[in-house]
Amino acid sequence: MENNLRRAIILENYSNPFNKGLVSDDSYKRVNMNNESCIDNIDLMIKIDSNIIADIRFDGEACAISTSATSIIIKTLLNKSVDEALHIIGEYEAMINEEKYNADDLGEAIVYNEIYKQPNRKKCALLPVNGIKKILVEHKGIK
Amino acid sequence: MNREDFPMLDNEIYYFDNGATTLKPRSVIDAIKDYYEHYGANAHRGDYDFSLKVDKMYEVVREKVKNFINADDSAEIIFTSGATASLNMIIDGFFKYHLKSGDEVLITKAEHASLTLPWFVLAEKIGIVIKYIDLDDKLEVTLDNVKKAMTNKTKVIALAHIPNVVGDIRPIKEISSYAHEQGVYVVVDGAQSVPHTKTDVRELNIDFLAFSGHKMLGPTGIGVLYGKYDLLNELKPLFVGGGMNSSFTSLNEYELKSLPWRLEAGTPNIAGVIGLGAAIDYINSIGIDKITLHDQKLKKYAIDKLRKLNNIELYNPDTKGGIVAFNVKGVFSQDTAVYLNKYKICVRAGNHCAKLLKDNLGINNTCRLSFYLYNAKEEIDYLVNVLNNDKILEESL
Repeated sequence: MENNLRRAIILENYSNPFNKGLVSDDSYKRVNMNNESCIDNIDLMIKIDSNIIADIRFDGEACAISTSATSIIIKTLLNKSVDEALHIIGEYEAMINEEKYNADDLGEAIVYNEIYKQPNRKKCALLPVNGIKKILVEHKGIK
Repeated sequence: MNREDFPMLDNEIYYFDNGATTLKPRSVIDAIKDYYEHYGANAHRGDYDFSLKVDKMYEVVREKVKNFINADDSAEIIFTSGATASLNMIIDGFFKYHLKSGDEVLITKAEHASLTLPWFVLAEKIGIVIKYIDLDDKLEVTLDNVKKAMTNKTKVIALAHIPNVVGDIRPIKEISSYAHEQGVYVVVDGAQSVPHTKTDVRELNIDFLAFSGHKMLGPTGIGVLYGKYDLLNELKPLFVGGGMNSSFTSLNEYELKSLPWRLEAGTPNIAGVIGLGAAIDYINSIGIDKITLHDQKLKKYAIDKLRKLNNIELYNPDTKGGIVAFNVKGVFSQDTAVYLNKYKICVRAGNHCAKLLKDNLGINNTCRLSFYLYNAKEEIDYLVNVLNNDKILEESL
């Protein structure tokens, strides 16, 4: 992807993040992600309906990478089944960690395909999926 | 000044993170190397020649520290792993036994976690009450606000001489004079002040002082706990073991050594102590007052230049210590730090372990510049030039 486009997508998602703002609704499961290695701090809430991700919302204070990644990942995972979502997260993690991955599964999240060049930013890019994964894995365990 | 003495500066970095740790002069590195290469024995143990040299060098440094902070007696100087260990020892080893439920401890919301959290834990253990001295509109501590916070239950005032984000120089002498009139103990966190300003524990009349070696050109893992002799003598060791006992029997009887050794269980950080001694020599060779002036000049210079940029928000422009807390408007502090890193500029972003300060500052996170003797005006010119850019967020990506 061309650098200017990559930047533009990240900036757009940072300035106008998708689904930012929490709602008070007990049908969502919640998790707080406080990045231990930096200062990002986000709350995530997920609604799962019959094994489909019906909604994900977030709020918090985080850097441009964490915030935009949360926005983009939410868009990518909406309306996917829990297993599909976990698969996409796996591909995303592989990309961030510079392992083999399938770009077709990632949609817009492909904008982080060069984040490995800034090792101090990898944790920022992984923050939202770590949180989402936690809830999804928990959901599978309970089911 | 003296930039040629610091090997790290050969790496073409612009290092403004001295509040976190300082760079080391060649003389400190050499002193540590010399110990490991030429007399690397344990302390207080052997009878062979070079083990005696270890004892001598180790105790010489204690004397140097004593003189550096003008303590009465070298037995008042305890080597620890750093200011955090020192503060935990003071609070858990002394105050746990000298305070009771309902007693009040005064701190401020600008303090570092290493001062704040040990009191929180003590509150859980014995029910002391932690109260906060108000900061004024410049985020500074004034004697008036200390007086306002005092009640007849106040037993301790614990605060930094210079806090690590705001950087004001607190009126410790006036505070301790007032506190002592009321029979209140004064504990000072000197982590950010001892490296930067003359700290005379007798003139300031403080009861306990904690500081770290690595923030004053010394190695990591070494720090100092100072206490007035009679108080320190009542501080219970948090660690027991070798080097600190004079005898023990199979009847569970034991006797502990006198100060200072009683509070230094186990093989000490000998290389760290020797490195700290070299750091003190280095600072003395320049003169601490000259360093104080240099820090203050750089701070003023940086503030004057940063004020001219319209994208910079400054949080502590008027405080005297060599610390500048700022943000680039509309940019998260960490993004600014990542952007500056692209230009080899090292700053710290975040809450700087002072997580309660947001109540006064109105924001959680800032970028922090903290200066030391080797920083130069030219480095600030370079920094300001790099910050004079309206595309910082974009270019941080």
